[in-house]
Formats: sequence, structure tokens, C-alpha cells
Amino acid sequence: MAKYIVRRILSAIPVLFGLSIVLFSFIHLLPGDPAAALLGQHATPELTAKIRQQLGLDQPLYVQYLQYLTQLLHGDLGKSVINNRPVITDFANRFPGTVELTLAALVFAVGIGIPLGRFAARHTQGWQDGVVTVISLFGISIPIFVLGLTLQYVVSVQLHWLPTSGRLDPRTTIPSVTNFMLIDTLLAGRPDAFVDALRHLILPAIALGSIPLAIITRITRASVLDVNNEDYVRTARAKGLTERRVDDRHIMRNAWLPVVTVIGLQVGGLLAGAVITETVFSWNGVGRWVVEAIQDHDYFVVQSSILIFAFIFLAVNLIVDIGYAYLNPRIRYA
Amino acid sequence: MTATATPARRTAPARASRGLWRDALARLTRNGPALLGMFFIVVFVLAAVLAPVISPYDPIAGSLANRLQAPGTAGHVLGTDLQGRDELTRILYGARISLQVGVISVIMGLAIGGTLGAIAGAFGGAVDNVLMRMVDVLLAIPGILLAIGIVAWLDRGLPQIMLAVGMTNAPIFARILRGSLLALREADFVVAARSIGATPLRLLLRHMLPNALTSLIVAATLALATAIIDVAGLGFLGLGPPDPRTAEWGTMLTDSTKYLREAPYLIFFPGIAIVISAIGFNLLGDGLRESLDPRLRR
Repeated sequence: MAKYIVRRILSAIPVLFGLSIVLFSFIHLLPGDPAAALLGQHATPELTAKIRQQLGLDQPLYVQYLQYLTQLLHGDLGKSVINNRPVITDFANRFPGTVELTLAALVFAVGIGIPLGRFAARHTQGWQDGVVTVISLFGISIPIFVLGLTLQYVVSVQLHWLPTSGRLDPRTTIPSVTNFMLIDTLLAGRPDAFVDALRHLILPAIALGSIPLAIITRITRASVLDVNNEDYVRTARAKGLTERRVDDRHIMRNAWLPVVTVIGLQVGGLLAGAVITETVFSWNGVGRWVVEAIQDHDYFVVQSSILIFAFIFLAVNLIVDIGYAYLNPRIRYA
Repeated sequence: MTATATPARRTAPARASRGLWRDALARLTRNGPALLGMFFIVVFVLAAVLAPVISPYDPIAGSLANRLQAPGTAGHVLGTDLQGRDELTRILYGARISLQVGVISVIMGLAIGGTLGAIAGAFGGAVDNVLMRMVDVLLAIPGILLAIGIVAWLDRGLPQIMLAVGMTNAPIFARILRGSLLALREADFVVAARSIGATPLRLLLRHMLPNALTSLIVAATLALATAIIDVAGLGFLGLGPPDPRTAEWGTMLTDSTKYLREAPYLIFFPGIAIVISAIGFNLLGDGLRESLDPRLRR
């Protein structure tokens, strides 16, 4: 097992290295000049040249890349050219917002998707399966922004059940400790604010979780149906076990593997979806920050945040692969 | 060979196969959901092609005197938008952009991804390794971020959006084609062709590619649905066509978000258009998958 883990970690290194080259060249090919962006209206040729020198932008590209790589290996992700704060600081401040949203969406997708998939598989001949199929078809066909705006209109504007946007009522102030709103409100001893934060979380989580919900439902249904046809399931039924016991002990235990893999794969999609969800719901997270950085030509923020996104994506894939190998020994020796 | 199939014992007479594609087409025309999908796609394509014939209005110029007319107003079935332009007209013209950008971006993705996948799958070994690591790099960047980055890099414009959306699909197509080709490399008919001296190029083009295409066709059909959604997503983020007056579904939604209370229909109608066209391609894609590989059918 240890050998397998080492092999998988080593195989991620060239990808990260390749990614650093791609992002570096990508950013340096972007139109616009970071120095001019930094100076804004005050840009004069002399000042721009000075800033370019300070930022090292007057060096040959390979020197700049090597400097960038050295900094990266020391955990230095550069500074924003707009506000001059280290990228890592802003990222750390905003990342918990994205994690909170992503986890809530994942809980929604898994919590509903798996029971829904099992339910559909149990009623393949009935109308119930049809209804679940239609739900999952809508799930993968409705863009996050359409669903998000519709939820905002119906649930917030018309029914007044939940707030439209943001992470907390603007009149509430909570000291930032972890930047996870649900945790910070509890740390501040404010159960009312906790409930408010939870209410703010529901609509964005549903909008973001709709696609993974559809995919998890589909894969659970397919996986349960696959296992359902196995001989050992027939044997279990033939020896008179209750349907519930057959389901829990014989079907689900074997149907888990593909479902777990797909759940892991959804994390990348959720991070990407967070970009749009955060824009729709004015959610203070990394996704909206990246979009703003691209619009502001804030090069180092774009470069570093995409690299961190990719790093997280690879790390999650690695964890899923290792978990999969743990559950299924045949993988380790392949 | 004549189609004189021997009847199997106590079962219906076996039907002679008419070839993969004709069999698949026959199965597809019996697949209800796929037919519904095709119907949605036909409506979508007709809306795009016939937009100027169906609507008497200009999709770009409007009169402020007519702004925010409710749906059902005489002459404006779906109402008018903030600039007094007919909403139905803009949705019809929006279908043109979605169809055009969706189809061309998937073709671009197929060209880039297909070439990479074909080379990797046909050669294997070091070539495969290097190309697949490149694909891994692209796959490690979340799709919409990659698309946003490309549009930001190349500036806004329809060709840029096509390339951006195409690039998000390319690594997926590369993976799929490579996987199918690798599985075929040791298939009996490929080994046979190789043993009688077929050149690697002939092996790839004549024997392996035609057999590897089915999964790629399914993936491309499903990718059309995501391409339409991604194009609208870029528009929604303000990275749509450079002229902000252009009738593009995502851009239309962004323009209307501030009027969610007063004119929610400006969100619903373009939203429904996006969803119906995406459902159309998703249903057709699923139907094609089942028709091309009947074992998947449940």
C-alpha cells in the first residue's frame, strides 16, 4: 500500500510542474501590463519601467520563471499587483468560504443523491424510476446560474423563506477567527447568527450541488442495478434474507466503489462551479476573487489561485485513488 | 450472405444484423427519450435558422418607450426587455450564437483532443506518456476557470469563446479516444491486419479509429449540452460576445439580474431556452450511448 501511495504522489509532481509552466506562460501572454495595472491612472513610461524592474518583469522569461519556481517551492505565491497583499493571505481569508459552500453542496448532493439512486434502482419497473431519471436529467441540464437565480426569485423574493445573497446578515458582526461562518458564529457564542449563516448557505449549496446530485443519483442507480444481477445477491435472496438485509449487506457494500470514486471526482466540478455560484449569490469566496482578478489583470493572483485550485484537485484525486485502492486491493497491484 | 437466420428454439427468429450504424439508428428511432431529445434539438436548430423569418423585430435595437412590457402584451408574446427589445426575438437570435459556438467549440475540442488521443493511443509508450501528462495538466484546471482564463488571455470574441469551450472538452476527448484505441491495439482483427503488413497509419485510420469512434460520438453529443451551458456561463460572467447588445442567452441573464423583482420573466425565458437545448443534447447523447452499446440498456 505504501508503495502505491508513493507512486501516486510521485506521478502528481510532473503534472504540477507542467501546470506551473503552463500558467506562467499563460499569464505572461495575457494582454495588458501588470506594472501599468498597478499604477492605474498614474502610469507614466518612467514609473511603469521602474515598477517593471521592481517586479522583475524586465528580466528574460526563463529567469522570471526560475524565480517564480524558487518562490513557489518556498511557499511564496507572490503579491497582488492591485492591493499589494500576499496572495496567500487573501486566499487564506477567502478559501474557507469556498470550502464551506463546497462541503454544503457535497452534503446536499450525497445526502439526497444516494438514497434517490437506491430508490430508483429498487423501482426500475415503476414510475418512481422515471421520476428520478427526470430529476437527474434536469440536474445536469440546468446551469448553476439559472437554478440559482430561479431559487433566489421563488424562495427569497416571493416566499421570503431564505435570504437572497451573502454569507451573513450585513447588520450582524462576527469576529473572524477561522473564516468559516458556521464555526465563527458558534465561537462567538451567537446561535442566532449561526442559524442566519446556515440560512444563507442553503440556496447556494442547492444551486452548486444540483449537478453532482444528478451524477451521484445516476451512478448509484447504475451501480446498484449492476450488483443486483450478481449471483451472490440471488443466493442471498434465495436463502430467505430480508430485502433490507440483502440491500445493506450484499448490494450496497459492493455498489459503493463506483459511487465513492464519482463523489471524489465531483470535488473538481464543485470548485469550478463555485466560481459561478459565488458570483450569483455574492458569496465571499475564492471563485469570485479569481473572476475579479482576471477582470483586474491581477496576474499573480490568477496564476497562484489556479495553481492552488489545481493542487487541491490533484490532492483530492490522490486521496480518492488511495481510498479506492484501499477498498479494492486489485487496483494496488495493477 | 442472405438473411436466412435459423429460428432459435422457442424464441422469435433472430434478426440478421444490418451493420452497427443501421442497427444503432433503428434502436435510436425506437428510443422515446432520444426522440424527445431530437425534437428539442430540431426546435432549437429551427429557431436559430429561422429567427429572421419568425420575428419581425430587430434583436439589437429597441425603443425605451416599450421597455419592460409584460409577457402576453400585444405583439410581444414573451414581453420586452430593459431596452424595449422583443424578448422572443432575442431568444431566437440567441439560439444562433449558442448553436454556432456550441457546435464549433465541440468540433475544435474533437480536432485537438482527438488528434492527441489518436497519437497517444496509436503509438503508446513514451509518446502516450508525455501526451497524457499534458492532458492531465489541462484536466487539473477546473473547466470554467480554463475557459475564463483563455477568454481573458485572448480577449472577448466569439472565436475566443469557441476555442475556450473547445479546450475544456479537448482533454476529455483525448482521454476517451486514447482509452478506446489502447483497448483495440491487441484486438484480434488489429493483430491480424498488423500481421499481414498493414502500415501503422492504415491500422489507425482503417481498423482502429472506426471502431473507437462510438464512445467519442456519444461524448461529443453530451459535450454539446455542456458547451451550450458553458457559453452561457461565460456570457453570465461578463465574458460573452464583445458587443454587449448581442442577443446571447448568458449575457441576457446578467443584464436582467438587477430586475429580478420587477421582471423575473427576463430570467426565466432565456433560462428555459438554455435548459431545453441542454436537455435535448443530453437525451440524444444518452440515447446514442444505449443504441450504440445495447448492453447498457436497462
